[in-house]
Amino acid sequence: MKYLDEFRDRQKAGILIKEIEALVSTMTLPADRPLYLMEVCGGHTHSIFRYGLEGMLPKEIELIHGPGCPVCVLPMGRVDDCVSIAENANVIFATFGDAMRVPGSKKSLLQARAEGADVRMVYSPMDALALARNNGHREVVFFGLGFETTMPSTALTILQAEAEGIQNFSVFCNHITIVPTIKAILDSPDLQLDGFLGPGHVSMVIGTAPYEFIANFYNKPMVVAGFEPLDILQSIWMVLKQIKEGRAEIENQYARVVPQDGNAAALRAVSRVYELREFFEWRGLGSIDHSGVRLRGEYKQFDAERKFVIPNLKIADPKSCQCGEVLKGVIKPWQCKVFGSACTPETPLGALMVSSEGACAAYYQYGGVKRYKEAV
Amino acid sequence: MNVAPSIRARGLGKLSVDTVTLAHGGGGKAMKDLIDDVFVTAFEHHAPAPLEDQARFDLAELVSHGDRLAFTTDSFVVDPLFFPGGDIGELAVCGTVNDLAVGGAVPLYLSCAVIVEEGMSVDVLRRVARSMAKTAADAGVQIVTGDTKVVQRGACDKLFITTSGVGVIRQGLSLGVDTARPGDVVLVNGLLGDHGAAILCARGDMALDTMIESDCACLHGLIEALLTSAPGVRFVRDATRGGLATVLNEIAEASQISIEIDEAATPIREQVKAFCEILGLDPLYLANEGKIVVVAPPEQADAALAAMRGHPLGAGATIIGRVHQGESGRVTMRTVFGGRRIVDMLVGEQLPRIC
Repeated sequence: MKYLDEFRDRQKAGILIKEIEALVSTMTLPADRPLYLMEVCGGHTHSIFRYGLEGMLPKEIELIHGPGCPVCVLPMGRVDDCVSIAENANVIFATFGDAMRVPGSKKSLLQARAEGADVRMVYSPMDALALARNNGHREVVFFGLGFETTMPSTALTILQAEAEGIQNFSVFCNHITIVPTIKAILDSPDLQLDGFLGPGHVSMVIGTAPYEFIANFYNKPMVVAGFEPLDILQSIWMVLKQIKEGRAEIENQYARVVPQDGNAAALRAVSRVYELREFFEWRGLGSIDHSGVRLRGEYKQFDAERKFVIPNLKIADPKSCQCGEVLKGVIKPWQCKVFGSACTPETPLGALMVSSEGACAAYYQYGGVKRYKEAV
Repeated sequence: MNVAPSIRARGLGKLSVDTVTLAHGGGGKAMKDLIDDVFVTAFEHHAPAPLEDQARFDLAELVSHGDRLAFTTDSFVVDPLFFPGGDIGELAVCGTVNDLAVGGAVPLYLSCAVIVEEGMSVDVLRRVARSMAKTAADAGVQIVTGDTKVVQRGACDKLFITTSGVGVIRQGLSLGVDTARPGDVVLVNGLLGDHGAAILCARGDMALDTMIESDCACLHGLIEALLTSAPGVRFVRDATRGGLATVLNEIAEASQISIEIDEAATPIREQVKAFCEILGLDPLYLANEGKIVVVAPPEQADAALAAMRGHPLGAGATIIGRVHQGESGRVTMRTVFGGRRIVDMLVGEQLPRIC
């Protein structure tokens, strides 16, 4: 595939790995631990496992898989809210595929569908709007989910619905923002991170400027990274170079996609449709200030939270579940007490086991349980 | 051989309506008309025999093919009924023929049970029956018994078909999922994932136009050629639901060995790769309906490969990996990038990723 295979070139990978090894050999490393680099985005986690990058890197580098999987950080209470909306007899509940398996306190959307709720998998909010157009007598609710990557498409869909005067369409808005979340991780007292691979697709929308505080206030280097394996290796090399040279800057490896100032049209749509929530609940991380958005009052006719009675209960994460510590990089997935035993992709307790982008599911799927449990 | 020998010719019923209704499942004349018009007409090539409640076989004839009877069953619920490269009828014949053939059996007879949702177009039903008849005739198997049920709207989705199959296993063959040994090679007969991708596209909910067609085919000819040239082959299985990854895991688990495949050697069509790339799916888990996974001892690897390549359905055959001592039950893939990843069993259905 053109424009993809070039970024999966084995020879170039070999050269980059040698460069990384050479760089590491000249660096002053922490005495008691490897260098911890966090890839913020679930898409990176997926690539790292799919191409087996962890096994190729020198042992002095350890990757910590961050919170950038919107499905994984969805709290149980919000899933319960989804189920509650979906169980209205007149509702068609439209959602991205991987949100269907996320466990609520009683059931997932997949289970709700089996019990009779009309839950449909869509690939874009525009597909949900088409459902509304074609089912005039039903209420179509789109589960708006994701970081800044998917936020603009939901916003544009709402603007489109408004332009067409569609009455039977609404969005259950669970869009979240990445920056306050990275900040929350940086503020965590048990944090041990030496640098970040920044999210590529989010940055395509918001640009690189919003990350400056990471370099300026927390003195940590970040490289906004693409998703192909060579992108990731090059970004790792760039972060290491910063660490070696004592720099902390926001660099952009993914310049072929990410403009420094982001996408102005997307940002306009976002600020027109959404406003920040005071706080938003995250699975594993708790409540984070200003980390979610809701629809502005002008678009209340498209807001499922105003159209439907929603339980909106806060459900505590299962006690045994250590998703939060995994998300912050304090422990590795296989060090969690329930990893691979009570919590598996078949019966996920924690959200990180749900989506294939979740760190735990990725370890389970691509790494197997035994190897890690034995290594402990 | 004569199945249910003709004693007296029956007059065949004829349908006068365009749509199947519950009356056609009621056991009366309407049902006889439906069965005669749609199925008997399609399946019987000779003078119509009286419809008995069972097909009858001559044992001596069966014994001439081999020394063990093989019996299998499979249900087909594919949506849509017609898709690029095939239809539910063709699938229902190929699927059961293949399930017999991968065990080393000569496929001989099939049954065909259909469950029809009321409101189904009779024409569509005729097309499906004709497709089954043609596929069976091409494969040299006979559909010898069947059943028809009509259920009310909503109780099934348009049309479900169950086919069972009887075949005879040739003498001297003993293929087993638990017989793979370290050093063995793993082969496939061509491009993987076409069927799964074709069906997902044909459902139309991704609004993606592709030229991908199902690989649906009866594989007994290919398998016979393979087993004749390489009789030491340990195991053959068609990589249907769950795809290549699932079959490899089943072998590794049952044989208590590990398998490593090479991503660069694993044949996947560019369009299927691109399709999976866009939707966040993994082609290793996509269904096939015309692909087999073969485990062969190293000394017969070349013979197996040549035999497969010499057959039209195996022209794209290739060695994709090897069996190792390694960790029992583990399947890994050497990635094009030079890394190594685990290829595990799929949990539930593959769900596309959000970003």
